[in-house]
Amino acid sequence: MTWNNTIEITKQLVKEHGLSDDEYARCLKILGRTPTLTELGIFSVMWSEHCSYKSSKVHLKTLPTKAAWVIHGPGENAGVIDIGDNQAIIFKMESHNHPSYIEPYQGAATGVGGILRDVFTMGARPIANMNALRFGSPEHPKTRHLLSGVVAGIGGYGNCVGVPTVGGETNFHPSYDGNILVNAMNVGLATQDKIFLSAAAGIGNPVIYVGSKTGRDGIHGATMASAEFTEDSEEKRPTVQVGDPFTEKLLIEACLELMATDMIVAIQDMGAAGLTSSSVEMASGGGVGFAFNLDMVPQREEGMTPYEMMLSESQERMLIVLKPGREAEAKAIFDKWDLDFAVIGIITDTGNLTLTFKGEVVADIPTQPLADNAPEYKRPFVMTAPKASLDPKDVPAPSDLKQALLTMIGSPHLCSRDWIWQQYDMQVMADTIQKPGGDAAVVRVHGTNKAVAISTDCTPRYCYADPVEGGKQAVVETWRNITAVGATPLAITDCLNFGNPERPEIMGQFVGCIEGMREACIALDYPVVSGNVSLYNETNGTGIHPTPAIGGVGILKDSSKMVTIAPKNAEEILLLVGDTKGHLGVSLYLYIMQGSEKGTPPPVDLALEKKNGDYVRSQIDARMISACHDVSDGGLLVALAEMAMAAKMGMNITLNNGDIPLHAYGFGEDQGRYILSVAQDKADDILNSAKLMGVSVQKIGQTGGNDFMLNDNITISIPDLLDTHRNWMNNYMNID
Amino acid sequence: MKTAVIIFPASNCDRDMIIALEKITGHKPHIIWHQNTNIPEVDLIALPGGFSFGDYLRCGAMAARSPVTKKVIEHADRGGKVIGICNGFQILTETGLLPGALMRNESLKFICKDVNLRVENNDTPFTNAYKKDQIITIPIAHHDGNYFADEDTLAALEEEGRVAFRYVDDKGQPTKDANPNGSRNNIAGIISRRKNILGMMPHPERLIEDAQGGTDGLGFFKSIINAIN
Repeated sequence: MTWNNTIEITKQLVKEHGLSDDEYARCLKILGRTPTLTELGIFSVMWSEHCSYKSSKVHLKTLPTKAAWVIHGPGENAGVIDIGDNQAIIFKMESHNHPSYIEPYQGAATGVGGILRDVFTMGARPIANMNALRFGSPEHPKTRHLLSGVVAGIGGYGNCVGVPTVGGETNFHPSYDGNILVNAMNVGLATQDKIFLSAAAGIGNPVIYVGSKTGRDGIHGATMASAEFTEDSEEKRPTVQVGDPFTEKLLIEACLELMATDMIVAIQDMGAAGLTSSSVEMASGGGVGFAFNLDMVPQREEGMTPYEMMLSESQERMLIVLKPGREAEAKAIFDKWDLDFAVIGIITDTGNLTLTFKGEVVADIPTQPLADNAPEYKRPFVMTAPKASLDPKDVPAPSDLKQALLTMIGSPHLCSRDWIWQQYDMQVMADTIQKPGGDAAVVRVHGTNKAVAISTDCTPRYCYADPVEGGKQAVVETWRNITAVGATPLAITDCLNFGNPERPEIMGQFVGCIEGMREACIALDYPVVSGNVSLYNETNGTGIHPTPAIGGVGILKDSSKMVTIAPKNAEEILLLVGDTKGHLGVSLYLYIMQGSEKGTPPPVDLALEKKNGDYVRSQIDARMISACHDVSDGGLLVALAEMAMAAKMGMNITLNNGDIPLHAYGFGEDQGRYILSVAQDKADDILNSAKLMGVSVQKIGQTGGNDFMLNDNITISIPDLLDTHRNWMNNYMNID
Repeated sequence: MKTAVIIFPASNCDRDMIIALEKITGHKPHIIWHQNTNIPEVDLIALPGGFSFGDYLRCGAMAARSPVTKKVIEHADRGGKVIGICNGFQILTETGLLPGALMRNESLKFICKDVNLRVENNDTPFTNAYKKDQIITIPIAHHDGNYFADEDTLAALEEEGRVAFRYVDDKGQPTKDANPNGSRNNIAGIISRRKNILGMMPHPERLIEDAQGGTDGLGFFKSIINAIN
């Protein structure tokens, strides 16, 4: 292949690199000359939406990021929070949407690999994987293939590296028909005085490349993630990277072994935009320059050009700055793990990223302006117009309430996700104490009594109808789920998936969701410590529902106090915390039974959320409660049925719905509610203490028997409930 | 009781096995990196679960040819006890220490779930703390656990009481529905003719305390202690 680094940079070439005229002018100003081809490639990926956050940055700055327990907030590879005893939890969620649509297995697998590296690069041992998945309508011809590939990819990668995948969420909606969402989250455990950052330091220090060799895969992946999809996106298959979880496992162990020494100055994984973004972030972060000899980069293929090496997104690679003279010692560790180890350059005082290839300088860019003077846009936005609210009395009652409940729990939206979870190793590391299917996943902090609770949530229907309320609700739902297992919520990571930000109505959705998230984070003292923005989730001009997926993390100081959604005994009293008004706007009931997304989402009263949640948590902490479940999608009856199914035990429910229609009372999605199952002799104490705290709690039934019974006139056997709940996905996925 | 756990590059249930052995024997096992062929004198060698060398080739095929594995075979030939869990079982069949092979699950998918096992023979060093026909619940997590052997081998295994565990339903019956991976005769674990080697796909090391959801795995380790002490 002939390659010319000093090819004429035409307007067409600039356009093909996704740079606007303004951005190119900015690039010329920084360099003071015309860029080489390699330099143009570097600017193009660094200033892509994916790497530069140019459309979102101005709004992200409004989110609260601080709390006494936050050690590192956004800006590092992942967020770091204090969990006491000199221990820290490091976590982040990231999208891998476009690659997963094009090549679902590898797209999802490398999404998991990438987020693992973001976490262990900071010194943490990954202890839990989570995910948030959104697929198109089940009827869409591609959905089955995509679901199958994504789940296999997530499992294939996580199972091999030996990190349990402990939970997540899966939604179906036609807005994702042409643009699925694959958001992967990882949580790691570190020692507070062994946290590693990326800022390079020490003129003359060696810069080391470790891990897999560099190939031609994933070139321009970051640019692909920064453009809308079109019919010919399938042709971009070669830009999807290929994962090698075996190498990732070796890399995790080798890096952790190296981190246990004192040899590392700085370390950074090569994620989106590979060697380019890792080196620019490390150099600009430390205010130093890097001089690389690209001939030293381990290469998988022959004849690779500097352009390809710098833009490759080959997986399982890290960049490390070592203390001087420690190369041989460090190399011995990577030799043990059979991984490539190459000194590819040194730190300089020039402030430039200087790349030499076959004796010639092929790029020489000042890193500070490349990183800091990236474009930043205040894109015009139009806030989503308020929708008309929906009176529950205007929503027709089902002809048969029993059938309606079965339809709901047997629908794609609420049915059992066992088909998915069983493809993930949920228990490797032997610290998983709450598996998928409950409100939050819970993983013990190894060797202690503590445990970490994790939940990923978002209700895109709500976000589409009212971005502010939807953004608020997404944050609150994770907080509530973490509370429902007995943990104290600490902080969140966000993965913000939206359409094309150049369209004011999409930008309005983004601004609205951020505003709602901000309000909720402040009210709950629940800051954002890491995150990722994925824009241009559109195909042929149609955007997805706004989907700010939230990953919340909380701590249980005494893991023996954890509760699940399954009542432990018969004849326990079922209590409902919070008020029920029968809010059916944008509810799942409306969507499933009426095929409608009319109305407004249930409003979130943040003060009430906090009061109710703090009360529930205090009762779990006092060991007053046998089981707890938050009430969310599908409302009260669905939540109760889920508890009965988890316990494989019947219950007898009596709802005092007053003048609210029973279907609205039973399926309404009013916020701030929990169901508690408590031993008979504790029920009065709970009712009394709730009264003192001003928390609304009422008795709604009792556990026991073999049937789910409602108001003495609806009876469903537990096996029927379980079968209905289990069947949809098994049947859907097993059709040849 | 002295134990050793062999660690291949992508073993990933090694820590769980080490913890289980330490908890039950009271002594930390020797941890043997696969490139180290110097295994100290021990009563039991454990091959843990995971993906040994990535298992891009047949599961366990490369590990079976690893230098350390020769030492494991020597230990077994001397009558030393060996257990292989999940990937460890795959390695044991690849070495020929145990007969048969573990093929891809019938569903072609990775399966992680709790399964019922029936203790088929409690007169072995690995099952003596259980009752015969006792039903225990142990998790599985594998992509290739579909046990296959030819008819003669199966007949011999059955006749000689070398099926240690079988997948069964809640009533203790080895039905097709209770078989998670398509294994012949619902076989979940087998022992060698001399009864000193056991391979099984389920993970007893994951179920040794209440917080993990049960303690049915404890009996497995207690059995080994009973046999050795």
